[in-house]
Amino acid sequence: MPRQDVPNGHANHPRELAIDVRGLHKSFGEHSVLNGIDLAVERGTVFALLGPNGAGKTTTVNILATLLAPDAGQVHIAGHDLAAHPDRVRTAIGLTGQFAAIDDLLTGAENLTLMGRLHHLGRSENRQRTETLLNQFGLSGAADQLPSAYSGGMRRKLDLAMGLVGRPHVLFLDEPTTGLDPRSRREMWEVVRELVSDGVTILLTTQYLEEADQLADRIALLDGGRIVAEGTEAELKRLIPGGRITLRFADQVALAKAEDVLTGAQVRPAELSLEVSGRASVSDLRELLNRLHGQDIPVDDIALHTPDLDDVFLALTGKEAVR
Amino acid sequence: MSTAFPMTRAARPEPLRDSLTMLGRQIRRLRRYPELTVIVVAIPLIFLLLFVFVFGDTLGAGLAAGAGPVGGDRADYANYVMPAILIMTVASVATGTSSTVSMDMTTGITDRFRSMSISPGSVLTGHALGAVVQNVISLVIVLAVGFAVGFRPAAGPLEWLGATALLLGLSLAVAWLSVVGGLLARSVETASNYGLPLVILPFLGSGFVPTDSMPAGLAWFAEYQPFTPIMDTLRSLMLDTDLSAGTAWAAGAWCVGLTLLGYLYSRRVYARPRKA
Repeated sequence: MPRQDVPNGHANHPRELAIDVRGLHKSFGEHSVLNGIDLAVERGTVFALLGPNGAGKTTTVNILATLLAPDAGQVHIAGHDLAAHPDRVRTAIGLTGQFAAIDDLLTGAENLTLMGRLHHLGRSENRQRTETLLNQFGLSGAADQLPSAYSGGMRRKLDLAMGLVGRPHVLFLDEPTTGLDPRSRREMWEVVRELVSDGVTILLTTQYLEEADQLADRIALLDGGRIVAEGTEAELKRLIPGGRITLRFADQVALAKAEDVLTGAQVRPAELSLEVSGRASVSDLRELLNRLHGQDIPVDDIALHTPDLDDVFLALTGKEAVR
Repeated sequence: MSTAFPMTRAARPEPLRDSLTMLGRQIRRLRRYPELTVIVVAIPLIFLLLFVFVFGDTLGAGLAAGAGPVGGDRADYANYVMPAILIMTVASVATGTSSTVSMDMTTGITDRFRSMSISPGSVLTGHALGAVVQNVISLVIVLAVGFAVGFRPAAGPLEWLGATALLLGLSLAVAWLSVVGGLLARSVETASNYGLPLVILPFLGSGFVPTDSMPAGLAWFAEYQPFTPIMDTLRSLMLDTDLSAGTAWAAGAWCVGLTLLGYLYSRRVYARPRKA
């Protein structure tokens, strides 16, 4: 496999990397899907790969989970070289794909014990593990039912639980909440947070900014097979201009007066409003309102806008992300 | 490379244990869903009843007129056609096996298995052996119905042993081929269609009429297609008529050859990275 010449940035930070990816390339025929992906995920953290459909998220996960061979690049998972020892990688990982990969003809409990047998657990250990996971995921009541009777959220939970039977060090969650209703999504988030507190390293992909925001320590924005930005949520938000304050007035007179006071604001006469850019902090806001009050200009309505990952995404990729 | 990770359990490959686990999965599914077997048994049973009760008398008379091994009436034809019906049963089970394998591919559970540290062949072996179990159940049902409609074999214990071994060998061969079909199919519907030519194949052989009653080209194909020596051997064993060593060897060789082909090919397809 050709080695990619990637600056060795990780070596300066003596961190323990659960996932270490450098220069990952993958094409399907003429179609290039990944164009040099670098990822460094510290042990015990949650890393989100955020991107629209077709960005290369699932391809990345499939490569890291040993299902696909990369065209180029080096991958280490839990310290194991993926190219040299895929089997060792497999002992360290758990995978929950985009669609619940469960056996619909076996009950929830049977699906879990099947995984336990494949992990070569002893009979009583297997029974215990199944029970623990059923409890942990709130599936005990449905243990002896077939998954066809499960809700979408329950199916995902069973799927996730199956990936945990072998106590993986590194867990891949490919769009774990796509298609779930808001309540199930929140429950899934709770489960993921619990896993993190147990020390599992998680790489999740998502198209939902909120999900990355809620769960991840670090976020990488993936677009067209490239990572266009990477960092903590705060770091990413710093990449784009700050927030803005929108003030609406009752009539044109008030608007005109306000325009005189707040020079540099963007005026929207048709909406009787003007927009002041800058951080929408309490002190800034108070100062702004005091100035208007001093001139006896009544404000009809006020709206604050703090930058979110949506803005980051839009600014960096020119595309709207899914809400 | 970091070494502070608690070292994961050394990967001890246990292909036999994993294969048995996978076989256990298939048997559990078969027990829970007898419908899966009822569907595949229905096709050979329909043909059995059709050929014994609708065509049996006429075809039986035809056998007597020709140079067939047996001949005469409906009862004789029931004896003649039974091997073809048994092979059709094996072929019908194959359509179910391909669908099951394909369903595992599309639901993603195959990917789950592939991402786990289990011996790669065990997933496929589970499917193939599960199919053999389903074949045994199906063949017993079809034989029982056969007896009910007039099948009267003359086989002794040794002949039955031979016939059973041959049917098991054929079941295994066709099972591995249908595993390949299931792995290659793009959808479950396509997968179940892959078995259909096998269901038809006994007609283009010595299954329903002697091959020498066919036009030259077809007779040539019928003579050399794999099911013909297998059906001829089965028929000779069950009716305790003369069995040529060449035919018996050909039957055994087809079973072994197709099993090897299916096994090796499916291992290759399974290990091959998917397209997306």
